Amino acid sequence: MLEIKNLHVKLEAEDKQILKGVDLKIGAGEVHAIMGPNGSGKSTLSYVLSGREGYEVTEGEATLDGVDLLEMEPEERAAAGLFLAFQYPVEIPGVGNMVFLRTALNAQRKARGEEEISAGDFLKLVREKAKTLKIDAEMLKRPVNVGFSGGEKKRNEILQMAILEPKMCILDETDSGLDVDAMKLVSEGVNALRSEGRSFLVITHYQRLLDHIKPDVVHIMAAGRIIKTGGPELALEVENNGYADLLEGVV
Amino acid sequence: MGLIAPKAEALAARLGALTAQASLPEARARALDRVGASGLPHRRDEYWRYTDPASLVAPQAPKAAVFDPRDEAPLFDAIDRLKITFVDGVFAPDLSDDLTLAGVEISRLAAPAPWAEGAYGVLEALGQSPVARPLAALNTAFATDGVLIRVTGRAAKPVSLIYIHKSETSDAMLHHCVSLDPGAELTLLENGPAAARFNKVLEVEVADGARFHHIRAQGRDHERRAVTHIFARLGAKSLFKSFTLSANGILTRNEAVITFAGDEARAHVAGAAMGDGAFHHDDTVFITHGAVACESRQVFKKVLKHGAVGVFQGKILVKPGAQKTDGYQISQSLLLDEDSQFLAKPELEIYADDVKCSHGSTSGAIDETALYYLRSRGVPKRRAQSLLVLAFLADSIAEIEDEAIAEDIRARLESWLERHED
Repeated sequence: MLEIKNLHVKLEAEDKQILKGVDLKIGAGEVHAIMGPNGSGKSTLSYVLSGREGYEVTEGEATLDGVDLLEMEPEERAAAGLFLAFQYPVEIPGVGNMVFLRTALNAQRKARGEEEISAGDFLKLVREKAKTLKIDAEMLKRPVNVGFSGGEKKRNEILQMAILEPKMCILDETDSGLDVDAMKLVSEGVNALRSEGRSFLVITHYQRLLDHIKPDVVHIMAAGRIIKTGGPELALEVENNGYADLLEGVV
Repeated sequence: MGLIAPKAEALAARLGALTAQASLPEARARALDRVGASGLPHRRDEYWRYTDPASLVAPQAPKAAVFDPRDEAPLFDAIDRLKITFVDGVFAPDLSDDLTLAGVEISRLAAPAPWAEGAYGVLEALGQSPVARPLAALNTAFATDGVLIRVTGRAAKPVSLIYIHKSETSDAMLHHCVSLDPGAELTLLENGPAAARFNKVLEVEVADGARFHHIRAQGRDHERRAVTHIFARLGAKSLFKSFTLSANGILTRNEAVITFAGDEARAHVAGAAMGDGAFHHDDTVFITHGAVACESRQVFKKVLKHGAVGVFQGKILVKPGAQKTDGYQISQSLLLDEDSQFLAKPELEIYADDVKCSHGSTSGAIDETALYYLRSRGVPKRRAQSLLVLAFLADSIAEIEDEAIAEDIRARLESWLERHED
């Protein structure tokens, strides 16, 4: 599914190398987690994969089902099946949530050569998905993320994911700012989307999210590289001992 | 007091190109006196500091090519309305409906109803202080036609003034008066470029408890020039709402002069202007709070690219005793490149102590983070930009109460954005 080889990335504006050779391979249907201390490059990795401006790939590659992601525009990556659930979902005053969702869905369909969804079918689809995420109709009527609480914003990200049905989902600190109940709700939303053909990359600081979204593989990232890879037990080790032991000898 | 020589010469040259009109001779003579006293505007005048009026006062109108709307349906096409059409400023009976409508009496300036004697030029004259507006007085003196609308009840449907531009050299001057009786209600629509050069005055007397809605679109001819004035006086508990869409036009100066004469009235003026390239658009607003507990809103948004220029001069004057005034003013521009500019001069002048007045003005670029967010969901860049531009304009369009009309305006904006993607 997703394959990253020796990825080196620097900030465009300054001469600062953030990623220094990331290797990662996620198979279809797998759930991988990346943990790591602040500043290790986790969010940068998610931004570079989704096509945010301001980063320069100096070496390496990233492919989705064999297709070069790094050459594509952000919207092309989305149409190819990549989705990033933002750590800080963006507020867009004046753009209604429903208009946004429908525009996005139809644009992706069009890009894939599929037919656009009718207004009626779309409404049905949104209502159904929103219900399971406990998103009320009032929230859907508002402008994108405007006036949403932290938890509502994260649920809205998962709603978008549920509607767009990507095959590669990256969750960037989706647990940040969530209370226990909200985290459970969001995790249930994610788990409902787990399937053989869909993979996840879950970026988090804390092991607790991984209690709800159980990963197949856990990676530890530090100083722009993946320094250790293991099973779910690796996350527990971090939770108990912190990163200090793992970081010895790195940097 | 005489005019300085250059002003006297400019005025004489302009007057020499105009023809005296027969109707309402006394009001016209008084208006001519006002023009004589102030002379025509010049860019050295403080009130014209950001907009050069030379082409508006020149004896002849500069040429303006006619815009090709391709296969696009005319604005307000699906709205049930009473149509009154002017082609290059000349009334076109074959393109107009019969001027009868329940709740409304309509006559033409060329053959005015008796009530016009006491209305024509009255609000324009009042609006000459504290700032002279000579192009409005010139209009009162020489306007060739217009409509006089007396609203006695609730108008059965909107009155729609359609201005068609056909001749590349046309120079039109129209003057409309609207008088709403107490409790009456009217929606007035205006659309079209009207002429190569268009000078228009609209006087609106809103009696106690009456409601007036005004929505206009100034036409998309790139080379057209327009100077327009709205003069409104509001009685107690009345409502005045005006929205203007300007897309294209080499030069536009829209002035709104609104006075609260009765308590607890509301006036909202809003505008959305989109300019690409040779585009200079000036909104000049003067709101006088002369009564208690009135609410005024000014919401002006401009989207500018390729060297387009936007101007906003907005003033709120709160007179002594106009307590509980609620005045709000926002002017914002979205600059789509570094060549465009926005000049804003917001002013508050307050002589009462129990008032709430605020103003804000901003210039900014497209929010790159929002753009990335939309694109990351699969929305193509152009479409994402259009969504963000429409979002930027949303507050001003929200001032249109009728949803069908607002939708028409939005569609027009989208089509403009499609034509101006690069």
